[in-house]
Amino acid sequence: MKKIILHGRKVVGGCVEGEALVTKQTITGWGGINPMEGVIIERRHELRGQSFKGKVLVFPGAKGASGWSTRFHVARLAGAAPKALIFNEMTTKVALGAVVMHVPAITDFDQDPLAVITTGDWVKVDADNGIVEITRKE
Amino acid sequence: MKLTDDEKAMLDGKEGPARQRAMDLLVRYGEALGAERFIDTDNVCVAIGASGPFIRDLADKTGSFDAVFSEFALDSSDVVQIPEVKACTYHLIQGLDPDHWEIEGVDRSVYELHMKSIAFAKRIGVQLMNTCTPYLVGNVPVRGEHCAWMESSAVIYANSVLGARMNCEGRESGAAASLTGKIPYWGYHLDQNRLGTHLVEVEYDVESIMDWNLLGYYVGEMVQERVPVLHGIRRTPTLSRLKHCGAAAASSGGVEMYHIVGITPEARSLDEAFGGKKPQATLKFGKKERQMAYENLNSSARERAVDFVMLGCPHYSIEQVWDVCKMLKGRRVNSNTSLWIFTPRALKEIADQNGYTEIITNAGGILMTDTCPVLAHVMPKGTRVAATDSGKQAHYMPSILGLQTWFGTTQNCIEAAVSGQWKGELK
Repeated sequence: MKKIILHGRKVVGGCVEGEALVTKQTITGWGGINPMEGVIIERRHELRGQSFKGKVLVFPGAKGASGWSTRFHVARLAGAAPKALIFNEMTTKVALGAVVMHVPAITDFDQDPLAVITTGDWVKVDADNGIVEITRKE
Repeated sequence: MKLTDDEKAMLDGKEGPARQRAMDLLVRYGEALGAERFIDTDNVCVAIGASGPFIRDLADKTGSFDAVFSEFALDSSDVVQIPEVKACTYHLIQGLDPDHWEIEGVDRSVYELHMKSIAFAKRIGVQLMNTCTPYLVGNVPVRGEHCAWMESSAVIYANSVLGARMNCEGRESGAAASLTGKIPYWGYHLDQNRLGTHLVEVEYDVESIMDWNLLGYYVGEMVQERVPVLHGIRRTPTLSRLKHCGAAAASSGGVEMYHIVGITPEARSLDEAFGGKKPQATLKFGKKERQMAYENLNSSARERAVDFVMLGCPHYSIEQVWDVCKMLKGRRVNSNTSLWIFTPRALKEIADQNGYTEIITNAGGILMTDTCPVLAHVMPKGTRVAATDSGKQAHYMPSILGLQTWFGTTQNCIEAAVSGQWKGELK
């Protein structure tokens, strides 16, 4: 099976693998997710009703209220956080969210991860080395 | 990150375990951002209460706000005792109004927990302003002042209208800043990141509070977290208009800074707003875009019988309270509808003195303080359909409270409160 490799910058260290959940839309924390279930609830969001729990979340970045980190912090304590984060746009919301979620996170890629990764792909996130390894789903 | 001696000392625990954890969190956060150093701050706005159900449970279980602060402010699972804050720190919105908690449908146990949380905040020296609009009640940062604020609607106001410097902080980073007086020197603290990225040609003559909401809502959705420059605004808007515009732009998108050419302090000219560079993109706000924003904000509403009219998101200025009083005077809110108006506690004092509270009460409405429906999940019992003059509240009410939500002018909202029916339309 062909593997695709992306290189980026470590945001939070660690190494995990899992199934990708990809969205081209930014994610709202406070008012945009149900942290107890790990589900997107924002109206007019393409992932509305879908769960990111245990997934490698691939998204452009964070938007909305300053409660972003707290919502995802609660998601971690509730066992509903994503497994890893892969994103493009750095903001204080997503940086702090990644830090308090305690999950590997990478940004600043050599290729746009939103164009390369598809929902369902198997993704290894080696944040310590800034490497993402993608195995296409069958 | 490069640390100064006092930062190293805190990180090494020389100022106790709480500041050690605060500094540790700030270093992890600064490194995640890619910041090279910290900047000193003496102006912090945070929320440290236990307003959400999950945080409430933790407070209940441990019986201690030191535990809540350790976990949710310092990202520390072991409980440390929290000392007095180092930087001047102001409390943002809270989970209930202590004068109206029963009518807000809050349980006594939650109210009691809230009062403990207030006592904790007092103990560590937090100014209990309890509002999303600190700039309405005395915390008006000076141009260039480095701050660490939560509350996206306040951040965008202070950056754009006042020229203060801050990013949208979260609970953990804000609280850590209050204990240490430090925040990563990144993003909108730096000159180059404050320049405009997108040009917005405003072709519609934006005047009312509704129009400013629609402009903000449209632009936020289009530019996401970039820096829009509004060009073509012909009359200087009031504080209330910009308060709503920013709140809407920070809800549909992640805008933390914008410019209005000829009006806001870092945009005396188009050239200054862009720092001499070319815009990455140009968009326009005309009749069609205004209509689109209006339709998006009203897309959750179907039934015209309104149960709940919410005004004051962000918290109403005294000017807005007065405007509502003029519309309400001598009238009566429908028996099937509740009218709740939210303003900062300090302004309620003035409303009491000026007889505004009496006018609102006599009409059957309630002037509330300290909280907000979507933040605290408080609303009149049995509410299914709401109406508001706030783009931000209309954006969040359907997803957070599951309400059908109408958005329109303040006058539309007052008419809905009186008649019980939504008759607003875009004119």
